[in-house]
Amino acid sequence: MTAIGLRDLTIGYGGDPVVHGVTLDIAEGESFALVGESGSGKSTVLKAIAGLAPDWSGAITVLGQARGHRPDRNFARVCQMVFQDPYGSLHPRKTVDDTLAEPLAIHGIGEHADRVVDMLAAVGLDRRFRFRFPHQLSGGQRQRVAIARALMLEPKVLLLDEPTSALDVSVQAEILNLLKRLRRERNLTYLMVTHNLHVVAFMCERLAVMRHGRIVETADVDRLRQGTFDNAYSRELYAASGGAGAPIAAAG
Amino acid sequence: MAGAIDWLTADSPASRLQARAVRIWAIGGALMRNPLAALGIAIVLVLIVTAAFAPWIAPYPPIGQDLGNRLLPPSAMHWMGTDELGRDIFSRVVYGARITLLIVILVAVIAAPVGLIVGAVSGYFGGWIDRVLMGLTDMFLSMPKLILALAFVAALGPGIENAIIAIAITAWPPYARIARAETLTFRNSEFIDAVRLQGASSGRIIVRHVLPLCVSSTIVRVTLDMAGIILIAAGLGFLGLGAQPPLPEWGAMISRGRSFILDQWWVATMPGFAIIVVSLGFCFLGDGLRDVLDPKQGGKS
Repeated sequence: MTAIGLRDLTIGYGGDPVVHGVTLDIAEGESFALVGESGSGKSTVLKAIAGLAPDWSGAITVLGQARGHRPDRNFARVCQMVFQDPYGSLHPRKTVDDTLAEPLAIHGIGEHADRVVDMLAAVGLDRRFRFRFPHQLSGGQRQRVAIARALMLEPKVLLLDEPTSALDVSVQAEILNLLKRLRRERNLTYLMVTHNLHVVAFMCERLAVMRHGRIVETADVDRLRQGTFDNAYSRELYAASGGAGAPIAAAG
Repeated sequence: MAGAIDWLTADSPASRLQARAVRIWAIGGALMRNPLAALGIAIVLVLIVTAAFAPWIAPYPPIGQDLGNRLLPPSAMHWMGTDELGRDIFSRVVYGARITLLIVILVAVIAAPVGLIVGAVSGYFGGWIDRVLMGLTDMFLSMPKLILALAFVAALGPGIENAIIAIAITAWPPYARIARAETLTFRNSEFIDAVRLQGASSGRIIVRHVLPLCVSSTIVRVTLDMAGIILIAAGLGFLGLGAQPPLPEWGAMISRGRSFILDQWWVATMPGFAIIVVSLGFCFLGDGLRDVLDPKQGGKS
């Protein structure tokens, strides 16, 4: 079954479109990467799927459900997003406990305390962090909280917007390993935006290369490992990142 | 005792209650380390205690006349002297604390939430809602506070309740402005996007996520404005449009003392002192709170 289907998706921010006619199919349980340089529109695609960039045309389906233009409650339980900057994505005045309990409160789910404690354990955070404020946590710990928050509603699809680019290299590896383990345990589908091909080689099965708001190539990750892209721009990107042979993230 | 302090300074609180207590304890500690803020707290506490226990503190009834003892200078019998009707000024100042506190609290309770909500709604939604609400705010802001309050009191009729309403109506626009400016800085931030993605309604986002970030700057501003509110209330009292005789309102007392100011200086001076001290107290407290609660510093402390 298709987890995320995009048909001829064109997205703008009130003015000229920044993403043109993107068509993609991501299978359930798959981990798919959107790569490209800054400004190629890859994050915009993610925002449109999440409902944060309402000005789009075309069609978006998530697990067979057509997507509206705004965030909605039912969609929230199917698909969640992890943001790039763990320093900006947590409410500065709310404890970890408040942040994690909020989605439960919105959806009228009980047993807040148990669920929060379980989720902290699942993302590898000690329970003494439960009543800390974000400014008392490190970047990696914050990103674990952000991942925990995204998983509180037990969605099947997770949108990852450069989830490790704001972190130290050693912490990146921990977070990538955590994401990999969570996908295995919970049978999640990932759509990940990144510009780091090493991360793609480590995390994903397929990728799409974007440039100037269009997909120029969709390939298996084997092609990435061998560096045998069809498209000239993809090869350029591959060369610029120094290949993707040795997955740096495998350590840790 | 040591156990309680450990509990209040715990690095990793074990419950929501403790987490909240730790935070309040930290703010309180930071306030007490600031001498001016501590002085402000002391003055405000004295005001509150005075208002609460006025009948026990005041040596004489505030409105009992004693024409044989009129216009006596300050002495051991009458610490602040007596006024033109022989009433003990100290007792009247003590009872006046009740009226001042009532005005300050009611204005804060009415004006601050109105300003906060108008500002947060305006900043969060933007567009035509923002233009309408801010246009309204600008209309109120463009008129001098005291004049506007005078107009309202003139329309509603003199009296302490109408004075409070009039001051509250003129006090909210600056809070709306501040709350809107704060809201604009984080309405598009990722932590707001995250709750939006969780399916939270706009009302829930504003109340639970936007307002908590605006509250601290509003508390600071309200505390700093308290002095102004007291002065406007006193001004209305002075003009005879606030508290009516024989209520011992400080502004009205100064107004009565005006006739004797050259020969019996204490009649007008003593309530004037009270106004100055209380206004200063709120200013010091407000400054201290700003240092402690300011969002730009609070997050790092």
